[in-house]
Amino acid sequence: MRAQSRGPAKRMLSTAKTMTFLQLIFYIFATVLVGASLMVITVRNPVRAALFLVLAFFSAACLWLTLEAEFLAITLVLVYVGAVMVLFLFVIMMLDVNIAQMRAGFARYLPLGLIVAVVMAGELTLVMLSGEFGLDHAPRPVGQAADYSNTRALGEVIYTDYVFAFELAALILLVAIIAAISLTLRRRPQTRTQSPQKQVRVRKQDRLRVVQMPTSQQDKP
Amino acid sequence: MFKRIFNTWFLLELVRGLGVTGGYFFRKKFTIQYPDEKTPKSPRFRGLHALRRYPNGEERCIACKLCEAVCPALAITIESEERDDGTRRTTRYDIDLFKCIYCGFCEEACPVDSIVLTDLHEYHFETGASGTISKLDLLRIGDTHEGAIARAREADAEYR
Amino acid sequence: MTWLLAFWAELPLIVQLGVKIFAIIGPLMVAVAYYTLAERKVIGYMHVRIGPNRVGPRGLLQPIADAVKLMFKEMIVPTNADRYLFIIAPILALAPALGAWAVVPFTDTLVLADINASLLYVLALTSMGVYGVVVAGWASNSKYAFLGAMRSAAQIVSYEIAMGFALVGVLMAAGSLNLREIVLAQSGGIHQWFFIPLFPLFLVYLISGVAETNRSPFDVAEGESEIVAGFHVEYSGMGFAVFFLAEYANMLLISALTVLMFLGGWHAPAQIPPFVWVPGLFWFFGKLAVVAFLFLWFRATFPRYRYDQIMRLGWKVFIPVTLVWITVIGVAKFFTPFGHWFG
Repeated sequence: MRAQSRGPAKRMLSTAKTMTFLQLIFYIFATVLVGASLMVITVRNPVRAALFLVLAFFSAACLWLTLEAEFLAITLVLVYVGAVMVLFLFVIMMLDVNIAQMRAGFARYLPLGLIVAVVMAGELTLVMLSGEFGLDHAPRPVGQAADYSNTRALGEVIYTDYVFAFELAALILLVAIIAAISLTLRRRPQTRTQSPQKQVRVRKQDRLRVVQMPTSQQDKP
Repeated sequence: MFKRIFNTWFLLELVRGLGVTGGYFFRKKFTIQYPDEKTPKSPRFRGLHALRRYPNGEERCIACKLCEAVCPALAITIESEERDDGTRRTTRYDIDLFKCIYCGFCEEACPVDSIVLTDLHEYHFETGASGTISKLDLLRIGDTHEGAIARAREADAEYR
Repeated sequence: MTWLLAFWAELPLIVQLGVKIFAIIGPLMVAVAYYTLAERKVIGYMHVRIGPNRVGPRGLLQPIADAVKLMFKEMIVPTNADRYLFIIAPILALAPALGAWAVVPFTDTLVLADINASLLYVLALTSMGVYGVVVAGWASNSKYAFLGAMRSAAQIVSYEIAMGFALVGVLMAAGSLNLREIVLAQSGGIHQWFFIPLFPLFLVYLISGVAETNRSPFDVAEGESEIVAGFHVEYSGMGFAVFFLAEYANMLLISALTVLMFLGGWHAPAQIPPFVWVPGLFWFFGKLAVVAFLFLWFRATFPRYRYDQIMRLGWKVFIPVTLVWITVIGVAKFFTPFGHWFG
């Protein structure tokens, strides 16, 4: 119950009215987030799972909004919901998933899967119980004035203190893009394709020749 | 070269296209407000069928079945019998209007100008079965519109 | 008047918000309905015909007749369709189109939510509109619908990038992510509006906007001559109507954003008497109507783009153009005497 009173809802310390309203919003989105996350791993249909993941991202973004991190929240929606998940769906929809076939290896992979799961759960428990986490160790975020811009603050930090790390990240992403393209680019010279550039560049004088022909004499009366 | 770059980047060709449609936007419209206004029809217009009579009231059709034979859509069904006065007349003359393609071959085949295509085109059926019209219907249409039918034949006579 | 204001202040926050939201959505829905009539009329006029004129005086009741017809039609769910997703899809298409209006400033003071990252908010919500199309295409269990959805997903993701970069140019020029401040940065007359210094971005945004809303000449997702009606082949009745509403609400939204970001929002083109007498709200809606008319004009004029040409235009033309112009803005702003012009 202590966690409840210290939740993000408490951070906007204005009136009792807004406090309960924020709390309500927090609990609604938190419930949706947890529910959607559970559905992602339990629903059979991969397309539905992907759509639940979208819902989970969206709810997470809404929770970040209550933290006054509007730039991160909106970027989460813009990048993950608006672009990444669309491409995910694009691929998943093309798959013809056969559930029976997927189930076939279930028993065989179960022991290995269980071991991995137990190890991960153990590691997480160790970290959580180490005493370095928890609400006592995290500073409570302070509510900011209405004209405070999260975007401006982020920009000021990224382009000054962390500019080197930021540029490095950009470079790594660029390398990743180039790598992905060069790994998947296949030149298939025998396929017949049209080249829009050439088609667009064509002008009338390249293809059309107007010739003057004398009319033939026979047709004249 | 410069002109081409200018044309491309300022989308001038697209703007010219927009200019064409924009011009038509203000052009006088020639919509015919159909139920209120109607376009003039040619005397050769091929609409609903009719069976004609001679001026003395005798029906023209002699059940020669040329129309039935020529009909490309097999829309005409004729049965005939000898009448008491010894002439041959139809007892049944059905046209399936759903099959009919309104080609007018029946009219051209008819030796006595009995079956004709009138200029009626505003008709409808309310049940599937009523798509086939019988001899009585055809004669009634012919009786009602005889004036118009005769006028249309008259107007087109010199080109036949 | 004062007691009315006092009564308003007494109302709970939820009710106040509800009334405000309805005050935006209600007129928006009417506008959308009449936009469909305007489309039929405008395209009719450009075809040298007169368009619908039978229902009501000059056809003015046509949208209402259409709405009533669609409401009373049966909504058929195809066999083997994913029932829930099939029903949800139109809502997914409509909700972002309406949600984005929350941050649109109609005038300096008339805005529902004046949040400081409203440009990003709008971009995020418009990018979510694609889910309606994709989910509809998949849930319909129809090949045509699926093809439409695939086309639409690829197209919208591609043009989103060009659109985003065009907006980066705008926010560089304005120095703010807030739509109200972006408009305020353009105050002073027509020479201050961003469409002059950001002309390439203006064109890119306008064309990407047409592509984002799946409108002709980028309507390959519907492409009635190729894939019947694309993603909404299987929809009928209210489901179809909601897709229809979403498309037109999106068009109006893109028009509003174009006005806000490039055409000076509620500002008059000049600060001299005949122009300043007209209130800002009328300028905003007047400009919105002009841009919305452009959408219809495009549809009446241009033939549908071929799919590979669409992709080439998005990736190989628009994105480089926007990137170059962003550099130009940056250089102009800090190293040339024209800096004030760029914001």
